[in-house]
Amino acid sequence: MNADIGLADPDNSVLPFGKFDALHTARFVMIEDPSLGDRIEHARSYPVHEPDWLIFLAVCDGSADRLITDMERSASKGLASLFCNCIGFDPEIPIGQWMSEHRLKPDASYRNWPGRSMVQIREEAALHHALLKTQLANREASLGELNQRLREVGRSVPLTPIPRPSITERVANCLSFLSLPVAALLLAPILLVLLLPFLIILRLRETSDPVLAHKIDRERNNALMALEDHDITNPYSAVGSRKPGPFYFMFSKVALWVINWGARHIYSKGRLARVNTIHFANWVFLDSNRRLFFASVYDGSREAYNDDFINKVAFGLNLSFTSALGYPRTRWALFEGARHEEDFKRYLAHHQVPTQVWYKAFPNLSTYDLARNARIRAGLEKPLKGTALRRWIAEI
Amino acid sequence: MTERAKDEAADIQGLVRTGYGSLKAARYILLRIEDSNAAKQWLSSLHFTSVQDCRESKQNQALQIAFTAAGLAQLGLNADALEHFSPEFVDGMVHNESRSRRLGDVGTNAPEHWDWGAGDQEPHVLLLAFARPEKIQAIEETLRAEIQANGCILLRCQPSSDMDGREPFGFQDGISQPKMDWDGALQPGGAKDRDYRNRMAAGEVLLGHSNEYGFVADYPRDGDIGRNGSYLVYRQLAQDVTGFWQWLRDETGPEEAKTLAETMVGRTIDGQPLSGLAKMEGSRGRNAFDFSGDVDGVVCPIGSHIRRVNPRLGDHPGGNIDFLGNLIGSLGLGGTAKHDAVASSRFHRILRRGRPYGKTMPYEQAMQPGAEQMEAGLHFLCLNASLARQFEFVQGAWIASPAFAGLAGEQDPILGDRDREARGHDCDQFSYFDEDRVPRRIDQIPQFVNVRGGAYFFLPGLNGLREILK
Repeated sequence: MNADIGLADPDNSVLPFGKFDALHTARFVMIEDPSLGDRIEHARSYPVHEPDWLIFLAVCDGSADRLITDMERSASKGLASLFCNCIGFDPEIPIGQWMSEHRLKPDASYRNWPGRSMVQIREEAALHHALLKTQLANREASLGELNQRLREVGRSVPLTPIPRPSITERVANCLSFLSLPVAALLLAPILLVLLLPFLIILRLRETSDPVLAHKIDRERNNALMALEDHDITNPYSAVGSRKPGPFYFMFSKVALWVINWGARHIYSKGRLARVNTIHFANWVFLDSNRRLFFASVYDGSREAYNDDFINKVAFGLNLSFTSALGYPRTRWALFEGARHEEDFKRYLAHHQVPTQVWYKAFPNLSTYDLARNARIRAGLEKPLKGTALRRWIAEI
Repeated sequence: MTERAKDEAADIQGLVRTGYGSLKAARYILLRIEDSNAAKQWLSSLHFTSVQDCRESKQNQALQIAFTAAGLAQLGLNADALEHFSPEFVDGMVHNESRSRRLGDVGTNAPEHWDWGAGDQEPHVLLLAFARPEKIQAIEETLRAEIQANGCILLRCQPSSDMDGREPFGFQDGISQPKMDWDGALQPGGAKDRDYRNRMAAGEVLLGHSNEYGFVADYPRDGDIGRNGSYLVYRQLAQDVTGFWQWLRDETGPEEAKTLAETMVGRTIDGQPLSGLAKMEGSRGRNAFDFSGDVDGVVCPIGSHIRRVNPRLGDHPGGNIDFLGNLIGSLGLGGTAKHDAVASSRFHRILRRGRPYGKTMPYEQAMQPGAEQMEAGLHFLCLNASLARQFEFVQGAWIASPAFAGLAGEQDPILGDRDREARGHDCDQFSYFDEDRVPRRIDQIPQFVNVRGGAYFFLPGLNGLREILK
């Protein structure tokens, strides 16, 4: 299915990703957990073996059901050939139905800019391209002339109006927004009573939980690196065990629920806290909540991504991964943790798994490019002058 | 107890403290070892200058030594011990295609075209000799004879040139340099680091010391082989002086060529910061500025050379405000993504120790059609404790990356490899504001700098050196 190492062929005969207009990114990951061995010493209540998973993860416009229907229509054979070795695969059941039945609901997910469709991404990229060519062709033009020419060209590029969310969507969003404050308010008496014991247990566990910072396996790491940096954007896939016991089970479920809420309602305009380079992120528990699978889509090299995490959003990472077996030592579930740079980078390297098939429908475009193209369009739709005009042209 | 790097001055090679600027001549000597016992014996007999030596008296000459991973293996260091060095060092600069891709060593820059660094041209040992110009020839000749007599093969003996503080394009060079914390006075972390500072923890250069994250990173501890050592990056960068100035002249005419070059570099040709940048409190001279008042790059373009190699940013672009302001900033609820696109500088600093080579000419002459092409460039050398987080990050994410700071289609305007094929999209543009503050963009910028060779070395502490040569 790959055109070249690290990048899928959009027209591959198994599952031609390029045919599905609603698709943003997609990946197939074979999860062979490199960290299961840690359980022998540090999670004895867990089985030593878990099934290997084949995960298909797609980010798309519209509903998953519609994507599955579309894919089934044009690639049912290919899909069946991919999933036929999975436990519980039944050739008698239509592949679309089988996929729906085996869909995993994420425990938390994040999208860089909910509502930004592939139509919008493609049209705004075309707009940017046309304006860029105009700017390069008018190197001597005065500000006024340049503005006029840019606007002429800009107006000739077809742009579909951006659909507004329907009433039902807006109501659902509003209810979802209220869920956290309302739950917090209603449960306040119980939460207050539980707070002290919670903090005591948390501190006791945090100070005694094992930190597993295995030296990075150079060969494994090089094999991962070979798949990376073929586009501005990279996929990230990692798997690891949750620390055993009911405390961390409860903790991780609540923490991910809060993260999911924050990602949807607070960080819906291009930034996950201060990290601006993440297109998409997804947390999902596997194997009766014993393991967590984390997947993301990010811009830049892995080292830069890791440093961004440490320096900008350590608190969020700590909250979501302090319940993970071997994670660097945290304080109050928010502090330190990822700030132990070496432990953290080693922890990540120990849990990352290769993404065998990776497709992105908008090659060479970063989150900054997408946001900039949207700003350029917004600037085209209103008259500008002075500093605002200079800034608009500079963005092209 | 705070550990102070200065207390270990006798164990640290002088290059960590100084580039030996007063010794105007240098030789970079690249060796391969054939007979490791003979080589060990010979190298053990040489005196390598320490920081202590430099402190006690003015040095008339200095000799420093560093090894590649291949060199350490050739000297008999076993594979297990070698694996305690950083993975990037053990891999080497050239042995991994994805590393080459990230560093911009693609196309004409690819290691297969280098004069040295790959295959049988991969060095084992780097000797750095510094002296006064009248003395260097004799030192070179002595070393040449000893190399031959002691089981080593001389790959190259590369002289530096004294260009009076300038690099071959004519710009003043080596002005900005982080100040290493020798006194153990720096306590990294906390709100104060939201502001940019030029001082950096000793552990950003020396292994075995506390770094900017406040931790001592893992290093080869057996026999203290790694302690007080540093990773030395050496890249030989050939500069197309006439190509650079003639392109500028064609682009803007002879009068404006210098201005465009200065805009691309981000400093005047004499090393002054571009006028209009905010003064930075607490520092003086040509480095007393930052970009806090120029977030859109109107004065100094976002993609200009000096802004890419050091964006002069603290942990937060808004700086240290107050508790509430900092909290809002940290949660990403204030400011915009666009103005928070670059990482904090303090984790990505390098100590530069390079010198120019070859012959150059005044820029007015270089831009004349038919000006004679001359071989010139930079022996780029730098020291750092984490190759991945420091040198490779600066080179990959800041210099070579078209996505730096949320830009698109650009690379470092001076150093870019311009290899469209390797990247699959344009990387030959540069955007800036002209003197009337009209936004401009140029494209089809050619490649001005070619990589001619390179390797990762380990510059050991002197105790570590004894262990290596045991």
